[in-house]
Amino acid sequence: MVRYLLRRLGFAVLLVFVVASASLVLTRLAPGDFATEAFGLGANPRTVARARARYGLDEPILTQYGLWLAHAARLDFGTSLLYGRPVAQLIPQRAANTALLALAALLLATLVGLPLGVVSGSRPGPLATAIRLVSLLLLSMPPLVTSLLFVFVAARTGWFPIGGMSSLDVSGFGLVRDVLWHLTLPAVALALPVAAMFERLQSQAMAEALTQPFVLAARARGVPPGRLIWRDALRVAIRPCASVYGLVVGTLLSGSFIVEIVTAWPGLGRLMYDALRARDVYLVTGCAAAGALFLAAGSVISDLALAAADPRVRAQ
Amino acid sequence: MRHHLGWLRGIGLLIMGVVLLGAVAAPWLAPHAADDQHPDLLFAPPTWPHIRDAGGHWHAPFIYPLRLVSRLEQRYAPDRQVRVPLVWFTRGRLVMSADDRRAPLLLLGADSFGRDEFSRLLYGARLSLGVAAVAALGALLVGAVVGGIAGSAGGATEELLMRGAEFLLVLPAIYVILALRAVMPLVLPASTVFALLAGILALVGSPFIAQGVRAIVAAERRREYYAAAVACGAGRARLLFRHLLPSTRGFLLVQLTVLTPAFVLAEATLSYVGMGFPGPAPSWGSMLRDAANVSAIADFPWVLAPAAAIFLVVLGLNLILQGSGVDPAAAFHAGSPVRDAGPTADLR
Repeated sequence: MVRYLLRRLGFAVLLVFVVASASLVLTRLAPGDFATEAFGLGANPRTVARARARYGLDEPILTQYGLWLAHAARLDFGTSLLYGRPVAQLIPQRAANTALLALAALLLATLVGLPLGVVSGSRPGPLATAIRLVSLLLLSMPPLVTSLLFVFVAARTGWFPIGGMSSLDVSGFGLVRDVLWHLTLPAVALALPVAAMFERLQSQAMAEALTQPFVLAARARGVPPGRLIWRDALRVAIRPCASVYGLVVGTLLSGSFIVEIVTAWPGLGRLMYDALRARDVYLVTGCAAAGALFLAAGSVISDLALAAADPRVRAQ
Repeated sequence: MRHHLGWLRGIGLLIMGVVLLGAVAAPWLAPHAADDQHPDLLFAPPTWPHIRDAGGHWHAPFIYPLRLVSRLEQRYAPDRQVRVPLVWFTRGRLVMSADDRRAPLLLLGADSFGRDEFSRLLYGARLSLGVAAVAALGALLVGAVVGGIAGSAGGATEELLMRGAEFLLVLPAIYVILALRAVMPLVLPASTVFALLAGILALVGSPFIAQGVRAIVAAERRREYYAAAVACGAGRARLLFRHLLPSTRGFLLVQLTVLTPAFVLAEATLSYVGMGFPGPAPSWGSMLRDAANVSAIADFPWVLAPAAAIFLVVLGLNLILQGSGVDPAAAFHAGSPVRDAGPTADLR
């Protein structure tokens, strides 16, 4: 188990390192840099040159990369050119917001998708067909479409806030409620297709698990059907969903990008986008590294879920 | 598939047929050119054809012209005193208003530049579906070749190629696409954007294909016909392209159906945030940019029409998959490690 955790840690470090390096190099390779984007074409060449020198943009690409690496080793990820603040200060808040959104969506998708999958997989009939059709419909509702639809509904009815993360004038417990209220629409928009995917995977796994001999044996011994399905068969059938958790984190990050932009949720996606457009090298790199951390965390969570679900994994 | 849901396939094929027909016949079906602007009809509401006037008399299909009620709120009202007849099969178009300058036929309203949303939706289908289909075919080609080489070569080549593919698969696709797109200048002509997006999407989609193809090819290599072909002295390229890759045909067809909607969505996302097709080019994503403005969504909901079109395409292709007995959710992960994620798959 220790060796395994060390391998996972190694993979996480490698992932963050490669992603951060690649995004720094890619941003530097792009035509133009922060100075040209910020000052425009008609700027005084001296001003532009001075700004470049100050941010280290006049160095050759390898030198800049080396400098960044040397600083990053001391946990100094540079200063955002766009905001004039250290990247290490900007990112945690935004990353936390994205994590909140993604975790809420993951929770929602699991709570809705798994039980429905168990039902539709274990009881063929009109109900199962109905669930299957609904999940097909939800699977076809990408977060881009859903979040735009939700913004329309919110703007028309006023039932939900149109965007942002909190109202201005609340604090304490009221703030928690306010944030949850703002969280509802973006989280649901993000969760729907994932819930549908969970339903489908779970349904198929459940149907397969119920054909196993141990189920027949348990039934013969008189185990009540509810307990058989929700306890014994589910323990076996949960595996595909548990193993997909790691990938879902990537899906959620991808989806949360557009949800954050449409619903003005102040998360990592919006920050990354602004940074990319402004060619803010260090901020892009920092955002990418934070995203990679999420992915690494996701794969660890997936492995832990798998280990919790399957004793054979734990034994290794 | 345990439940027989074959009838869904017909619905899906119907939806895709209508969408493709709209895209192909756009110049004939659309009442306006994609860039026709009506400067005094910004955000104008739809002008639906009527066959019965306010007085209860029946006529050939006609529309009421729009009159500006409030310039501040950009509110319009139909002028029920005037009937503008529709003319059919003129100037190479199926139908248009008889007085196109002052009372244009706007089946889905107008956008922020006073352009006909319906016509742009039809032309947009060409651009959005076109770039997605080209990219999907490109991804299939690249993925099949890479996966095929990995599967038939084995050893270090396989290890290297597949580790690379796995690495790309873990990353959230939209960020990879964004980062690659951001390497190029932000303002580019539409044709360059088309080529660029198709290339980037093909690149990002190919690892999915490569993994699935590798698995199939590696399995086929253990079959007898392959051994027979080797015994006959077939060359490596011939073995790969004549003997191994044809067995991936079914997988590739399913993946084409999975990748195309994903790419339509990627194009829409990119254009919506302003890094895809430029504003004048009618793609579904660039049209959706009008919907970036919350008050526009609330007051002029027809700017969401491209979102509905995207939903229809995704739904149509998912219905075809489901109706053919392929689970769309499982198909999406077919190339990924999930399919054979046995308990030890990750621990090797």
